[in-house]
Amino acid sequence: MMEAQKYVWEGAIPLQIHLHESEITSLPPPSPALILAPRIGYLPLLLPLIKPYFSSTLPPGQDTIWFDYKGLPLKWYIPTGVLFDLLCAQPERPWNLTVHFRGYPSNLLIPCEGEESVKWSFINSLKEADYIINGNCKNVMHMSQSDQVELWRSVMDGNLEKYMRASSKLKLGTVTTDEADMVGQVKAGKIPVRLYVWSVNEDFEDLEDAPEVDNWDQISYINRPLEIHKEGKHFTLHDALKNLLPEVFEGKSLINDEPCIEEGEDAQKVSSEDVGSSTGAEEGKEIFNQPVESCCNDAEIKLVRIQGIEPKMEIPFSWVVNSLKNPEHFLHICVCVKVPNVNAA
Amino acid sequence: MVVCLYIAKTSSQVGKIMSCFSSSWDGTLSPNDFSVAARVFTERWERNNSSSPSWFWVNSPKGPPFLASSQHVDGYLSLENMCVLVSAEDNNEEVSCTVEEEAGFSEIEGAADSATLVQSNHHEAHYYDFHIVYSASYRVPVLYFRAYCSDGRPLLLNEIEKDLPACSSKVLLETKWTFITQEEHPFLNRPWYKLHPCGTREWMKLLCLGDEVAAKNGLAIELYLVSWFSVVGQVVGLKTPLEMVKKSV
Repeated sequence: MMEAQKYVWEGAIPLQIHLHESEITSLPPPSPALILAPRIGYLPLLLPLIKPYFSSTLPPGQDTIWFDYKGLPLKWYIPTGVLFDLLCAQPERPWNLTVHFRGYPSNLLIPCEGEESVKWSFINSLKEADYIINGNCKNVMHMSQSDQVELWRSVMDGNLEKYMRASSKLKLGTVTTDEADMVGQVKAGKIPVRLYVWSVNEDFEDLEDAPEVDNWDQISYINRPLEIHKEGKHFTLHDALKNLLPEVFEGKSLINDEPCIEEGEDAQKVSSEDVGSSTGAEEGKEIFNQPVESCCNDAEIKLVRIQGIEPKMEIPFSWVVNSLKNPEHFLHICVCVKVPNVNAA
Repeated sequence: MVVCLYIAKTSSQVGKIMSCFSSSWDGTLSPNDFSVAARVFTERWERNNSSSPSWFWVNSPKGPPFLASSQHVDGYLSLENMCVLVSAEDNNEEVSCTVEEEAGFSEIEGAADSATLVQSNHHEAHYYDFHIVYSASYRVPVLYFRAYCSDGRPLLLNEIEKDLPACSSKVLLETKWTFITQEEHPFLNRPWYKLHPCGTREWMKLLCLGDEVAAKNGLAIELYLVSWFSVVGQVVGLKTPLEMVKKSV
């Protein structure tokens, strides 16, 4: 588990960042910036790395950094890795983003006052997770100033060891009892989950042919903790998704005729193989035959992606949470669902 | 925490009147109860605030049908076009005014009204929209709001601050990041101001200690939003008439 978590923390998205043409005042135009963005990080935190590439060409004015991908303004409070998983069905490497230093779209995006805003967005999420797990936010609220700074620093620096030290005081723990991980035993309780459901109308065989997200309204964001009522049951990722999206999974059985979706060469180091094998090895490979939810009448799951991988549905959910959650203790799950066109019927 | 205590203090009077829950209750509300309480709240508001805009239940906008039960609560409460007159000379002085509004005509009538409201050179009209959204994480209602001028320009937080009751602006200064912040509206996908809910459960519990009889009768849940709003409304300068919290109607 620790190993998978390490992969997540080291995971990075290679970005190729272009300055928006309206902000280029020099000739020749500046070359794009190539930057590795940590998966668990947030885009505005890249400012010190990006600014030097473009500072000489910017028009006069005050900087308020924001990004877009193919014209879609990116929400800075969603971790960079989640944005990538959500908006790049077919992972694009490097990921071509456009940066803006002017003209912040404040009607669409929450204002960002630099690192301080990002930090508090993180802490408020952490508080929310604390509340979900413990029924109050006392652990986070009563954190000393220095502990808070240390925790935030560890996330900024991607330092897992320091993070483990700083966050152990929060008693947010893991979702299972010690070695129960492997068998998927869970304790009754609540698990902080952020679910992003991208609905598409047209079908596609290949991820390459997936349509683009050109509007945030195509993505339903479900911020609802997962409640586990029964203790001790073998609880898989499939069970979790069924709980979160009951209509999609209703009356449907697992079928195995969908091809397994593989990640490309991995700049992120996290591949299905890496993460999957750490639990799967001793139980034999067949358990990892990819079952994709299929359905006879309406919605169909096309893709479930967490931290850049498409985990097998039989993986114990506790393992998924403990290994793949973000540092603010939320598990971010990206799901693509194909909905038949209602007009066609 | 500072905020929660502050709210609990300002609401102590209400707390004395409203004691309705059993001590074992944890101060939260289930999604179903939220809908029930929302109905009671809108009815009572309507009956006791005839001069104010009404609260409406808004069904969650579109969204794929397969997410119907994933959302838990399929809508939110909304009160829009609440007009606040701000004195141009003295920003602390504010008058809540009424926007005469008939269901269905709010858009047109509202616009016409605003023209008459800004006649005076000394007063500027600010409009507030309030939404009460259920938080599945905190299991409590959360107040979202936005504000704009008569020309439609959205107000910034430092402008809103001047419209808030003095005690709220003070808390806002002290706890910039944990009291009111801009966050995404869960249903509208746009930035709205949000009153942080992390302490709601605790102060609602304090507010409603005792009176197990009422709890058994289910009255407690029905009145949850009324008592919750009697506190939260004060933060943004909206008063809850005492009649609303009376147990029997």
